[in-house]
Amino acid sequence: MLFLSKKQDWLGNIRGDVLAGLVVALALIPEAIAFSIIAGVDPKVGLYASFCIAVITAFVGGRPGMISAATGAMALLMVTLVKDHGLQYLLAATLLTGVLQIIAGYLKLGSLMSFVSRSVVTGFVNALAILIFMAQLPELTHVTWHVYAMTTGGLAIIYLFPYLPVIGKSLPSPLVCIVALTCIAIYWQLDIRTVGDMGELPDTLPVFLWPEVPLTLETLQIILPYSVPLAVVGLLESLMTATIIDDLTDTPSDKNRECKGQGLANIGAGLLGGMAGCAMIGQSVINIKSGGRGRLSTLIAGSFLLIMVVFLDAWISKIPMAALVSVMIMVSIGTFSWSSIANLKQHPLSTNAVMLATVTVVVWTHNLAFGVFVGVLLASLFFANKISHFMYVESELDEANSTRTYRVIGQIFFNSADKFIAAFDFKEAVDKVVIDLHRAHFWDITSVTALDKAVIKFRREGADVELIGMNEATTTIVDRFGIHDKPEEIEKIIGGH
Amino acid sequence: MNTNTNRVLACIDGSILSEAVCDYAAWIAQRVDAPLKLLHMIDHHHETAAISDLSGNIGLGSQEHLLEELTAVEQQRSKLRLQQGKLLLQAAKERVIQAGIADPDSNQRHGSLVESLIELEDSIRVLVIGIRGKVHENQPDKIGAKLESIIRSLHKPILVVNDAFKAPQRIMIAYDGSKAADKAIDIVATSPLYKGLTCHLVYVSKDATATEQWLQPVADKLTSAGGIEVISKILLGKPDQLLCEYQDKHAIDMVVMGAFSHTRIHDLLLGSFTAKMLLNNKKPLLLLR
Repeated sequence: MLFLSKKQDWLGNIRGDVLAGLVVALALIPEAIAFSIIAGVDPKVGLYASFCIAVITAFVGGRPGMISAATGAMALLMVTLVKDHGLQYLLAATLLTGVLQIIAGYLKLGSLMSFVSRSVVTGFVNALAILIFMAQLPELTHVTWHVYAMTTGGLAIIYLFPYLPVIGKSLPSPLVCIVALTCIAIYWQLDIRTVGDMGELPDTLPVFLWPEVPLTLETLQIILPYSVPLAVVGLLESLMTATIIDDLTDTPSDKNRECKGQGLANIGAGLLGGMAGCAMIGQSVINIKSGGRGRLSTLIAGSFLLIMVVFLDAWISKIPMAALVSVMIMVSIGTFSWSSIANLKQHPLSTNAVMLATVTVVVWTHNLAFGVFVGVLLASLFFANKISHFMYVESELDEANSTRTYRVIGQIFFNSADKFIAAFDFKEAVDKVVIDLHRAHFWDITSVTALDKAVIKFRREGADVELIGMNEATTTIVDRFGIHDKPEEIEKIIGGH
Repeated sequence: MNTNTNRVLACIDGSILSEAVCDYAAWIAQRVDAPLKLLHMIDHHHETAAISDLSGNIGLGSQEHLLEELTAVEQQRSKLRLQQGKLLLQAAKERVIQAGIADPDSNQRHGSLVESLIELEDSIRVLVIGIRGKVHENQPDKIGAKLESIIRSLHKPILVVNDAFKAPQRIMIAYDGSKAADKAIDIVATSPLYKGLTCHLVYVSKDATATEQWLQPVADKLTSAGGIEVISKILLGKPDQLLCEYQDKHAIDMVVMGAFSHTRIHDLLLGSFTAKMLLNNKKPLLLLR
């Protein structure tokens, strides 16, 4: 199942996939190097990871045309692990991340993505863009004016080069930027930081190696607190990216297979000396824009990346960091959802609050998982609050019989229970109280307790209480809607009873 | 079973065989007195990219921009295909009305043919389809790319049309004594489609011991239940070759047989009899699954 794929996923778009794969590979190199530096490891760790993850997800991923590799979101989570325990523990954590993701895939946790609302996704994407940008700042502080000039020039090349006639649209402008800035740096022998200064580059193909960590409980205690957020963030970003690609290409993807695929890719990366990674929004968009659609594009991107890096390592080490910073700023700008800024005015306050809270928490904690958690929580609270407004109580008094009839209509649950109780007039002296619950929906135990409370209170005031329609009202206390998802069942519960 | 829900479904794609498909579908629909439905699929081929911009950069709102661009291109294409399909269906409709079908249904759907047919399977009585679609139109040595998966995934009779229409007079049943073949005989015996036709019941044997006597019970069943005139024949040798020769010699108009009784792996290793028959046979093939 995991290895099955349709022929057209591989061969349906050969020309487009090959070209797009090459473009993506060129853009992947700076990203992999930059994210290795963020994580505090040699560039080769990120480059091996990008190769391995891209190639494995090409075969086993659930979303053809999506690019997965070493990412910034994941790199930020590893910083302290690398600093405190070293590379070997990072590789072990990467392995464990993969295992956790595969388990998540088999538990079909991908479907939990339905709880992640649009505003949380927007917040996630924006936060990611901000993090990628912030990660470039160390390269831009305490440096000579050359670096600023180079970075600005690089950005100018990236965005203006495509406007050149003929060659503009056929050469990837990030590549042109890197080549041009490298030539300038070498020609004028500028004393600025280059990729070679940042650590070791790969000079061979990756080799299989088991992480050199003791297989003890202690090791697990060290890596588990890193593996869990890595697994969560990796899946979140991958599934969100998959949704974006689904929208762009108007085709469906298999989210649970993507979870398993990401897991397998991370296990592969861990065993070949790479760091954990996940899908990349920016690169995937570049892939689709360049005409990539199939699994072949991801495979080409991964393999070409490794070939380039292994054979051109002498040249790659001469690339000035300013060129990489330009490319990463481009990725950051392209990832940021600018329409979300424009939409701030039109969208309701609660939606904006969810989006901004997600961004703030992520930027503050550098952990996308916390941001998404806060966003989802906030969105759920706002939702519960909105739904609680769908409840009102009308009443009428039959003076002759001294009977007050309350008719309860709407949703009663933890959030609307107080409002429900407040709707009764306990001060009124009547002989009998009738509470008609035919059109009320009790969603949880809090609401039932509230009803009990109201009944007891009326009794204490000396009234006889009669409940009508209790059975229908409480049918909504169901934990799973598995048996209730047929239209007629929904009609029974939600409808007018 | 409500006959109203079970239609003769004809798959139209505008290739040269589409007209013959209409004719055969009309012929079947009239003989079995079932409604006729014409189906045209708009396959979008999402696996190929509509636009390709190799500049490799992303900037302000490039995601939104890309979505808009892709939507616009695909909308234009789809509109064109929708229009073409409507014309095809209209022409097909006129053709079957002329052939005597009172009120043919027509349907246009997006997506892949195989998936749609699986969805529609319960309402299909007989599927009529050309042996190859527009893509392979001029390659007589190939069968359609989707044909095998359609035949494998549907469990309904499928008429594979490979030539211009000629109202069948003489049909040939390729019988191999298997359970599937017996089932096919049952279907033939009880269906009104074959009434009054001459039927050649042909069994290809590997050894010489089998005689026509052995086919007698099967022939009797066809004659008594189906009112079919049966000529039994036992041949010796390679089935696909012999059956095609026999069919040429006796001017058979249509071949009836079971299809793909083996697994894909078996067929991959040994070659599928059904696939050979599809390729070598010059007359329409009715596959009973």
